[in-house]
Amino acid sequence: MQKLRLRYTKRGRLRFTSHRDVARTFERALRRAGVPMAYSQGFSPHPKISWIGAAPTGVASEAEYVEIGVVDRIDAEALRRALDEALPPGLDVVDAVQAEQGSLADRIDASRWLVELPGVDPDELRAAVDALLAAESVEVERLTKDGRRIMDVRPGVVTAEVGDVTSLTATLSDQGVGATGDLADAPLPRKDDDTAASRPYGILVMVVRQLTPAVRPDDVLSALRVVAGLQPPVPAKATRLAQGRLDDAGGLADPFAPEGRGAADPAREQEPDQPAVD
Amino acid sequence: MSVESVFPALEPLLPRVSKPVQYVGGELNATVKDWDSTAVRWCLMYPDAYEVGLPNQGVMILYEILNELEDVLAERTYTVWPDLEALMREHGVPQFTVDAHRPVKAFDVLGLSFATELGYTNMLTALDLAGIPLHAADRTEDDPIVLAGGHAAFNPEPIADFIDAAVLGDGEEAVLEVTDIIREWKAQGRPGGRDELLTRLAETGGVYIPRFYDVEYLADGRIQRVVPNTDRVPYRVFKRTTMELDEWPYPKQPLVPLAESVHERMSVEIFRGCTRGCRFCQAGMITRPVRERSIEGIGAMVQRGLEATGFEEVGLLSLSSADHSEIAEITRGLADRYEGTNTGLSLPSTRVDAFNVDLANEISRNGRRSGLTFAPEGGSERIRRVINKMVSEEDLIRTVSAAFSNGWRQVKLYFMCGLPTETDEDVLQIARMAKEVIRAGREASGRKDIRCTISIGGFVPKPHTPFQWAPQCDPDTVDDRLRKLRAEVNLDRGMARNIGMRYHDGKPSLIEGLLSRGDRRVGRVVERVWRDGGRLDGWSEHFSYDRWVNAAASELEPLGVSLAWFTTRERDETEVLPWDHLDSGLDKEWLWADWQDALSEQEQDDCRWTPCFDCGVCPAMGTDIQVGPSGRTLLPISPVGKGSPVRNPSLAGG
Repeated sequence: MQKLRLRYTKRGRLRFTSHRDVARTFERALRRAGVPMAYSQGFSPHPKISWIGAAPTGVASEAEYVEIGVVDRIDAEALRRALDEALPPGLDVVDAVQAEQGSLADRIDASRWLVELPGVDPDELRAAVDALLAAESVEVERLTKDGRRIMDVRPGVVTAEVGDVTSLTATLSDQGVGATGDLADAPLPRKDDDTAASRPYGILVMVVRQLTPAVRPDDVLSALRVVAGLQPPVPAKATRLAQGRLDDAGGLADPFAPEGRGAADPAREQEPDQPAVD
Repeated sequence: MSVESVFPALEPLLPRVSKPVQYVGGELNATVKDWDSTAVRWCLMYPDAYEVGLPNQGVMILYEILNELEDVLAERTYTVWPDLEALMREHGVPQFTVDAHRPVKAFDVLGLSFATELGYTNMLTALDLAGIPLHAADRTEDDPIVLAGGHAAFNPEPIADFIDAAVLGDGEEAVLEVTDIIREWKAQGRPGGRDELLTRLAETGGVYIPRFYDVEYLADGRIQRVVPNTDRVPYRVFKRTTMELDEWPYPKQPLVPLAESVHERMSVEIFRGCTRGCRFCQAGMITRPVRERSIEGIGAMVQRGLEATGFEEVGLLSLSSADHSEIAEITRGLADRYEGTNTGLSLPSTRVDAFNVDLANEISRNGRRSGLTFAPEGGSERIRRVINKMVSEEDLIRTVSAAFSNGWRQVKLYFMCGLPTETDEDVLQIARMAKEVIRAGREASGRKDIRCTISIGGFVPKPHTPFQWAPQCDPDTVDDRLRKLRAEVNLDRGMARNIGMRYHDGKPSLIEGLLSRGDRRVGRVVERVWRDGGRLDGWSEHFSYDRWVNAAASELEPLGVSLAWFTTRERDETEVLPWDHLDSGLDKEWLWADWQDALSEQEQDDCRWTPCFDCGVCPAMGTDIQVGPSGRTLLPISPVGKGSPVRNPSLAGG
């Protein structure tokens, strides 16, 4: 059995898919694409697919990871293209490599998130983020299907920076993200508000360590409410920009980068697909 | 005039509702067309939650047939959950389609497929959210034609005030005909307005326009007669029958949702209609005659569907799938073809007596060996004669023994409670049957871990069946019998652990009974329930029996009728039934004779294997049975892929 690793996105309205939705959609796309999947043995065989984390329902992502097992040797770029073709626009396969030694999960311990807060003044947001970073511990409550759960958000937050729309494009191109389809859409006015164009637009970019339980963007927003009473007027939009191993400088190493993978690899030079626009 | 997407207004609401993915569309094989380049625009609705409505074959078939026409556009809408409904009202977002998020009110036709009467309140929610007047009489030329189809449309009288039209029977050709009439009327500049369009539809003889008929009542509340109140409208409206299923290989591109749905598989309808003659079964009565799809037609649909969807399971769909004249060849051919591709087959409804273990083994060869399901429907031999479900306990035991000795470990059995002439004893026999199954299973397999689940539904008498005259059993009696059955199952401790029992209380069935056999007066009850907050009545967590009982009392009793009058009252032969002017082809005298045979426990054979018994359908409709065997077999496709039913040359030898 050969193993391949894929990076894919969850863009536009596809961000409303849950992990289970993504998993089902992937399995079917693999079949339509004619990928010679390896199956588990036993009474109820399943295709060999290992998911690495998953962005929560409602959160977009530029960097989700999955590993698949196949019974015939196939080319990584051919797989990327065939699977991308079979998946709906928004679930875009942007990178594929042959699996190396060691587990993919070991190469990922943090995420960089972008959180867009239409209607939130960047200065107000900056003050709230400063308060969060200054705190030793910020406990928030999350509603799970097993009831309420208290968690400390602060240990998960490694870095957090605040910007506005103009600073955002620069930030994103630093992260290797192309056009920002979601950002191009102006935030939508509520019925009682026709001044959308002049409204403030707060932007938060942060690196969050993956702890157990995972600290999600929503939990960080809850923490900003706890420390500074920040209340976004419309739901915030979160996007995972990258995942990887945290280095000492607060950067993230590409999980596909090290060990035997040179810059000459054509798949690496490929432009990422443009994000889907609704 | 172009129509804007409401998605920009909907999107900010989605993070605040549960399972938002059901509202975003984007299903594989969905079609979005340019609004302005089409002449006739249909909005199709399955009036239930998305997860139930999306897999519906009827809607998928019509969606595809309509979208294949260049100048026609079809989109879909489903019932939104109350959390989104509240936000839509707060923010002024109208009922929308999931395809292009267009407002439902902008379409020419809103076509609703009613598989169950409990969807009626969902129609009112959708109309109201769409900004379409609830009452047909209040609509203008700016409103869509609200057209009902599906099995419940065979008695649309309880929703007569809310719909403009109903089509009985198969929809494939009917939607094309309705489309032609609308296209022509629009092209002519809408002469005569909405009334003229509805009259042209009525003139076809296959579209029922309730408002063109007056219902007169007798002093005792029964119907005196139903007559047209205008020229050009026929006295009787006939059902539609699609013949030659091979000419209608739909859906060719089945929809695959991003969201989870109730059927995680693709389906191929292997035949339509059923003449087994189970007297409770409305579907079997109103879909006659049997029309089989050929083995080659089925094989082509399966391969095309697997390529188009990526599903791991194919359901061979019909009212009684093991009855296809070539079912053995079909299942063996498909199992051979998809060996090694992890593609499972399932037969969603199979009769014990048409089933055998060879069939079971073909079905499970390439997929997962799930449980086996059979529907004896009645616990005692006597009650099975009453309902004409001619399966014997020996058949059942023989079949499950063979299945258990071939590796199966569980079997599920469906029954009904509250059948005509039923006594406590008939229901208690269900427990005995379940214990026999466990005993046979243990013996055949030599194991203790055999399971039998008995699932029991309340019987609801339906229009156009021999039981249309029957008194419905009251919920207290049903609940009492189910309690006694539970006690009987539990008597034997050693067995009770292996027997699961699933049932609902009898109350929703009584309301379904009211809506099934109701007349136009019941429309007031539907509206009252909806105004009092009734939503998603098919879901037990939303259904309120008290709300229905109270609405029925306040709306019906002033008219001299009642919930009981419509449900637990037995009708006599001469009574004019609310659906008598709607013709399913069944001869009313034959139905009455079959009802009398039921009462005297007389069975009726199947006309596929015995001479015609004059139910009336074929001569009335100009149809005939279309069954095999053809003697042909399924050719292998070589090669299929490894681990997938599709082979992709671009991935070979990487």
